[in-house]
Amino acid sequence: MWHWSVAWHVLPQLLHGLKVTVEATLLGSAFAMVGGGVLLFARLGLPRPLAVAVRFLSELIRRTPLLVQLYFYFYGLPSLGITLPAFTCGVLGLGIHYSTYVAEVYRAGIQSVAQGQWDASRALDLPGTTVWGRIVIPQAIKPVLPALGNQVIAMFKDSALLSVITVTEMMATARSIGSYSYDYLEPITVAACLYLVVSYSAGQLIRLYERQQYAWVN
Amino acid sequence: MVHSLAKGTLVTVEVTALAAVVGVLLSLVAGSLRSANSRLLRLPAAIYVEVFRGSSALAQLYFIFFALPLVGVTFSPLVAGVLGLGLNFGSYGAEVVRGALRSVPVGQREAAVALNLPPATRFFRVILPSAVPVMLPSLNNMLIDLLKNSALVSTITISELTFQGTLIRENTGATLSVFAILFVIYFALSSVIDAVMRLAERRSNRALHSPVRTA
Repeated sequence: MWHWSVAWHVLPQLLHGLKVTVEATLLGSAFAMVGGGVLLFARLGLPRPLAVAVRFLSELIRRTPLLVQLYFYFYGLPSLGITLPAFTCGVLGLGIHYSTYVAEVYRAGIQSVAQGQWDASRALDLPGTTVWGRIVIPQAIKPVLPALGNQVIAMFKDSALLSVITVTEMMATARSIGSYSYDYLEPITVAACLYLVVSYSAGQLIRLYERQQYAWVN
Repeated sequence: MVHSLAKGTLVTVEVTALAAVVGVLLSLVAGSLRSANSRLLRLPAAIYVEVFRGSSALAQLYFIFFALPLVGVTFSPLVAGVLGLGLNFGSYGAEVVRGALRSVPVGQREAAVALNLPPATRFFRVILPSAVPVMLPSLNNMLIDLLKNSALVSTITISELTFQGTLIRENTGATLSVFAILFVIYFALSSVIDAVMRLAERRSNRALHSPVRTA
């Protein structure tokens, strides 16, 4: 049966786990935001055979389970002579997986910049770095931000998977409390609620931002 | 090794297919309720969608498998896995269904009302069929996500593909080849989903835009 006293008792430990969850999400997001840009420019800028290879690798990462990728970094890399701490494997796994999604977000953002902007840049004979740095990317940032925020929230929820490669984030904390007290009900319920509270409020912030951005339309 | 991977693949396909059925049904019900006029119908659907979209899929699985038995609700691992994945899928699918229903031109509804079709016929024979082609591209992505999420049920003792893979890794130490095979199988399965869904998209678009058939 549900006991509020137990729920209250496990909360501090879970909040400590939540801190690790948030850290992994923030580091993973930073990785993915850089990685997504690298992937997109590799696809656009590299010679064709290499660009195709990058694209295929992205598809492979996008279409296979994050869990298997995490196992690969944690159990597979050591047999290649690379042993990383569990937390690093987790951040790497989240970051690389989400890079492929972020690349698509960036691509959509760049496509949202009107064709006329490209035409005008060419007519003015602006150098490539100016076109990207001063014309295209500044205009692509606003429409990209909400989508990017949604990816961060998705990563936050997926970061629970790090518990299976021994990272003691919130889900792992909930499970270990459950396994030594033989009571899974309160820790898992409270953990699930904490995921909900954080991701729901973050989602509302994104919606607020979107409404502000498009307020002028109405 | 081949035998256990084949068995695992079958279980993965089974879990994904069952969860897809549960998930699509839930999507249709919750998505339709969210588009309903009555607030009494909209509210429960909205709560379901926000709760299951907002929390982690793994937390939902653990809740069903580890926590619910403590209040007297016990499922077999397979049922818990299918239920967890299906409920999660339905919460995302409901939004797709809601968007697709909104995309149906008002004229369709007005015409159905003008023809004095009963509400059920209006919904199932006019509105829903026009909304289905709009849903299919998102459904394609969602099914591939579901396949990926099906790996999570390995943590609640279901011996699907990822579970078998980790067993083989522990027993043989052939770590890299096992992971390579897992990646290839998941990629192949997702390609099958993609191909089937694209076919369905083409079919449904053709059906929607073909000349009117009677009967």
